[in-house]
Amino acid sequence: MNITLRMAWRNLWRHKRRTWLTIGAMIFSNLLLVFLISLQFGSYRMMIDNTLKSYTGHMQIQLDGYNDDPKIRNSFDNIIPLAQKIRKRLKSDTVAARGVAFAMTSSDLRSYGLQITGVEPEFETKVSTLPGLINKGRYFTDINAEEIIIGSVLARNLRVVIGDELTLLGSGRDGSFAAGVVIVTGIFESGVSGIDRSMAQVPLGYFQSLFSMGDEGHNIVINAKDLPLVSALQQNISNIIADRKDLVILDWNVLQPGLKQAIQADMASAWFMYAVLIILVAFSVLNTQLVSVLERTREFGTMMALGVKPVRLGSLVITETFIMSSLGLVIGAALGATLAYYLSIVGFSYPGMEEMAGKFNLPDRMYPSLSLLSILLGPGIVFFCSLLASVYPALRLFFLHPVSAMRAV
Amino acid sequence: MNSHLPFKVIFTLAWRNLWRNHRRTLIMLSAITVGVWAMIFMTALMRGMVDDMLLNGIRNLPGEVQIHHPQYRDDPSINNSIAAPDETLLKALQIAEVKAWTSRVRVPAVISSERDSRGITLLGVEPVSEAQLSFDLDSIIEGRFLKDSNDTGLIIGAKLAERLETRLGKRVVIMSQDPDNNIADRGFRVVGIYKAKMASLEEIYVYAGLTTVQKLLNLENKVSEIAVTGNDYRHVKGWYPVIKNAAGENRQTLPWYEADTYLGAMLAMMDGFVLVWIVVIFLALSFGLVNTLIMAVFERIREIGLMQALGMRSSLILYQILIESFLLLVIGLLLGNVLAVGTIIPLQDGIDISAVAQGMEMMGGSSVLYPALKLNDMLLANAIVIILGLLTSILPAWHAASFDPIEALGKD
Repeated sequence: MNITLRMAWRNLWRHKRRTWLTIGAMIFSNLLLVFLISLQFGSYRMMIDNTLKSYTGHMQIQLDGYNDDPKIRNSFDNIIPLAQKIRKRLKSDTVAARGVAFAMTSSDLRSYGLQITGVEPEFETKVSTLPGLINKGRYFTDINAEEIIIGSVLARNLRVVIGDELTLLGSGRDGSFAAGVVIVTGIFESGVSGIDRSMAQVPLGYFQSLFSMGDEGHNIVINAKDLPLVSALQQNISNIIADRKDLVILDWNVLQPGLKQAIQADMASAWFMYAVLIILVAFSVLNTQLVSVLERTREFGTMMALGVKPVRLGSLVITETFIMSSLGLVIGAALGATLAYYLSIVGFSYPGMEEMAGKFNLPDRMYPSLSLLSILLGPGIVFFCSLLASVYPALRLFFLHPVSAMRAV
Repeated sequence: MNSHLPFKVIFTLAWRNLWRNHRRTLIMLSAITVGVWAMIFMTALMRGMVDDMLLNGIRNLPGEVQIHHPQYRDDPSINNSIAAPDETLLKALQIAEVKAWTSRVRVPAVISSERDSRGITLLGVEPVSEAQLSFDLDSIIEGRFLKDSNDTGLIIGAKLAERLETRLGKRVVIMSQDPDNNIADRGFRVVGIYKAKMASLEEIYVYAGLTTVQKLLNLENKVSEIAVTGNDYRHVKGWYPVIKNAAGENRQTLPWYEADTYLGAMLAMMDGFVLVWIVVIFLALSFGLVNTLIMAVFERIREIGLMQALGMRSSLILYQILIESFLLLVIGLLLGNVLAVGTIIPLQDGIDISAVAQGMEMMGGSSVLYPALKLNDMLLANAIVIILGLLTSILPAWHAASFDPIEALGKD
């Protein structure tokens, strides 16, 4: 073992209590950081997944301008063949064409103004979780069927069950009067009341004839295999649709700007808190190391008189901090990871969370998501800042005069 | 022996001891100052955000207390309407705590211009009381607000006007359902355009005169909801039972925190968060505090032994260390409070967070954050730091007081 390392180790245990208290401060903040960061990662991921997978998708191809001005007129032609072409080129099923319109939806007893989405039955199931959430009835089988699926809250409000008829009244793409009768074939329940209250889907073929759309539609939803792959896929698709100058491909950040910003706002406040914790730990380390240098003035003076260079003494102090920080890192990260792992299995909830969660399409229990990054990010920064804090005490050694130092009390 | 003398002496001793190692004391002071600053500053920011969300939320609910048909909240249909306030209720609404009340018809409807149609919420309102309760007259950017309940004009949001490609003075058609499920429709002239704090609301709420809407929907004098405000959302608990009793059993009377459980949960969670945050920061501080005291005690072992040998009671040594810790905490608190107030005051005009405006909207907040410095939060932070700080100091102090003088004198 290196002599500096051995001396540092022994020096640390000359003051057991002090060392453990300093390490304790690190363990405490590391534990908290690992837990909170894992929880954050977990909830952001769920927020994104749940919001995007229920409807929006990772990317959409739209007519340029539709996103800012989603009018029925801003549609584009040949939507079904285009979707088919993209599926072929990407060799992927997670591509589906849609049309969107507003209609007054009436049952015998009730009427509501609703956003109606026309979907490709075969592929909608690949891009959205809604079809899978049908707990009464079934999803569409025919793209031209005069059928509708609605959310459970909407079904309750409209007082309809499977097999009942709904009347749709609205205006078509050309401004003409659009009216039709559809049969409720499925009712889905996502548990998020906003979705269950307001979503309705009909098959795209029927949608196009009802709203005088011809072969047009409003967007093609495309999902990547995983979030990090979105931008690469987006590039790929924009090459495929390069011949269609009127179309754009938009990713979820553009489609749902609120989502990313909510995450950013939350991140900002969370990192403020983490920064405070980390600064307090750094102060703690600074304090301990400064005192430990000061109380060894005589000892260091003697060592220098014996020919030890200040650099060596400085690295001794840094090594001591290094050992403490490593212990803090390992123990803190291990405890934090254990806690987060346990909660990632049983879930975690606090009073009021259910109401909060509903607002962000989250389930009412949270599951921290454990990764190397979420475990090591916080403790890593604590480790680094602790080392930084010991630089000042170490630097003081360079201004030590052996003779006066040996005389110091 | 004069009992005051020893106290004065140990106080002086504690004060001088504190500054014997001024570097260490200064570092600890900085740590306490930063900690206390963070406690108060962060709390003020979060309070400000939640206050804003609550005020926005209650405005949009709207009303601190609302009266509905028991089924209305689950099924907001025209069929679940209630009669206009009767005498008993009118009398209850006279109580001093009630600052304003209004009744509305609130129904889902479809609005169509010649270019497009949208699903909206149609609000039939009494313009005068509505303006006292929730509608901000300054938000009208073009035209005027409704004059009275018989006004046949329509007020729509700027965003909706843009979507419908309509403008001031143009005609639009409103389509909804009457109690017999017949489609009722009527043309309206747009007489005013408003801009809301939250853009999404502009697309949803459309205002028309109460009587006009009642006529359109064959409602006679029935309404969907009665909203009441006392201008202080924290004190609704005191007066809402009066209204509830007057409204009677067959109507549902809810205070805002039950009507929107998200908002209620936010307020409760905020109080919880403040406490947890303060305690967490304190815990992070406490390691350093205990460490500082332990170091102070250990380097003075001989001195303490000598004092004991000279006849100083060990309880006085305990007090001496506790006073040292107390002085450290008080100075740190003082600096922390001053720093917190000093950083919050320049931010009173609001912090622009419009970069994340749409995100804040998801949470129900707006794009300017006003820190809210609450005396209670400050007191809580100070009390926790002093009380828990002294408690954690007892251990090192007790340790110092229980030295054996002979052994202590023998230490090097």
